[in-house]
Amino acid sequence: MNRFLEVVRRDLRLALRQGSDSVMVVTFFVLTVVLFPFGIGPEVNVLERVSAGVLMVTALLASMLSLDRLFQTDYEDGSLELLVLTPAPLSVVVAAKMLAHWLTTGLPLMVAAPVLAVLLHMQADGFTTLLAAMALGTPTLSLIGGIGAALVLGARRGGVLLSLLILPLYVPVLIFGVGAIDAAVQGMSARPHLLILAGILAAALALAPWTSAAALRQALE
Amino acid sequence: MVPAMSNRETSSFSATRLACIRGGRVVFAGLDFSLESGGALVLLGPNGSGKSSLLRVLAGLLRPAQGALAWNGAPLAEDPEAHAARTHYLGHHDAIKPVLTVAENLRFWAHLHDPHAERAGRAVEAALERFGLAHLSSIPGKMLSAGQKRRTNLARLLAAPSQLWLLDEPTTALDKASIKALEAVLAEHRAGGGMVILSTHADIDLPGAAQLHLDQFTTPLDDGLDDDLDGEGAAA
Repeated sequence: MNRFLEVVRRDLRLALRQGSDSVMVVTFFVLTVVLFPFGIGPEVNVLERVSAGVLMVTALLASMLSLDRLFQTDYEDGSLELLVLTPAPLSVVVAAKMLAHWLTTGLPLMVAAPVLAVLLHMQADGFTTLLAAMALGTPTLSLIGGIGAALVLGARRGGVLLSLLILPLYVPVLIFGVGAIDAAVQGMSARPHLLILAGILAAALALAPWTSAAALRQALE
Repeated sequence: MVPAMSNRETSSFSATRLACIRGGRVVFAGLDFSLESGGALVLLGPNGSGKSSLLRVLAGLLRPAQGALAWNGAPLAEDPEAHAARTHYLGHHDAIKPVLTVAENLRFWAHLHDPHAERAGRAVEAALERFGLAHLSSIPGKMLSAGQKRRTNLARLLAAPSQLWLLDEPTTALDKASIKALEAVLAEHRAGGGMVILSTHADIDLPGAAQLHLDQFTTPLDDGLDDDLDGEGAAA
């Protein structure tokens, strides 16, 4: 547990000092969402109809932007070899890195989402559900994305390969995230959708660190 | 000042009929060695003879294609975490983060190896002192020269105690004074019951060290290794 916190602390400190990743992710999120009213016109009912989808799709793409750097810098400077040789299960170290990734990308996205929802005229009924869907969805994105980041490690043009690998796996998060918000806006219960999102998160929590650890060992051979 | 060894009684580290295949080529095969507490082993051989591969196998980063490693007679594969806890591996890269200071870089690796934070804190200072880095401790990693980075990486060996040191060309980029400091550290480590396995092209003074010439282990192949090789070739 000490080692877990040590890795989280170090990755947060690195993100804080370098600064670029979180800022880039949130900037991408905000700018892309702001473009939509220009693209599809300012009619309130149209924007309101697409708001949930736009927010979730953009958040998903933004979260993917920083993924290829999750293990890449550690791989290049030799830190990854030492992390693998840490006297703790590699999956614990990997889980710590995924948590740090979520804290530096998923959490800022969650904070920015309600502000952008106002911009897209989302009905106020959808706001809490939006936050709940983001809270359950973005950690899943970091977890599943970590598997992809570990698999493409060392490959040239890893970014393109990463999108091909990961985007299909993100689709369930997208479907149930948008489903939850739409249900809430239409006055139905969002609970079933959120429960499925929670289920996906639980499965990813159990499987992703373990799978990524195996992929990382493979990458270092 | 020798870092306190957790395990004072004699230990042994041995390899039997070790083989390694890289990219469909047998790098070495039928390699045996045995090392006792206080012992040192120098890996020699031309470029590409498998010194780095052997060190990676010994650290647990690579799986041997054949053969086994044992610590005190017990196979390593049974408990990789215990092996990681008693091993320091120093590879080609220095694993220094450019935005963290020298002390922060070192403290992270020390804490990760030895979670007893307070003890590690003191050891970090002593280790920096030892390699002449004390005045650089608050300098960010990106300002360091290649030799200073290497010294920071070497200081990692002292920052958290470990019995087995696996050093891949530790003298790269070091000046003469630092090589002397490294030799003294290695001697103290061995006097305290530690083991050292290192590869080098430079002259490094290791009294009583055994030598392993890796270019002697290219042949013959053991039975069954040919099949492994075919499988690897087909997969590649």
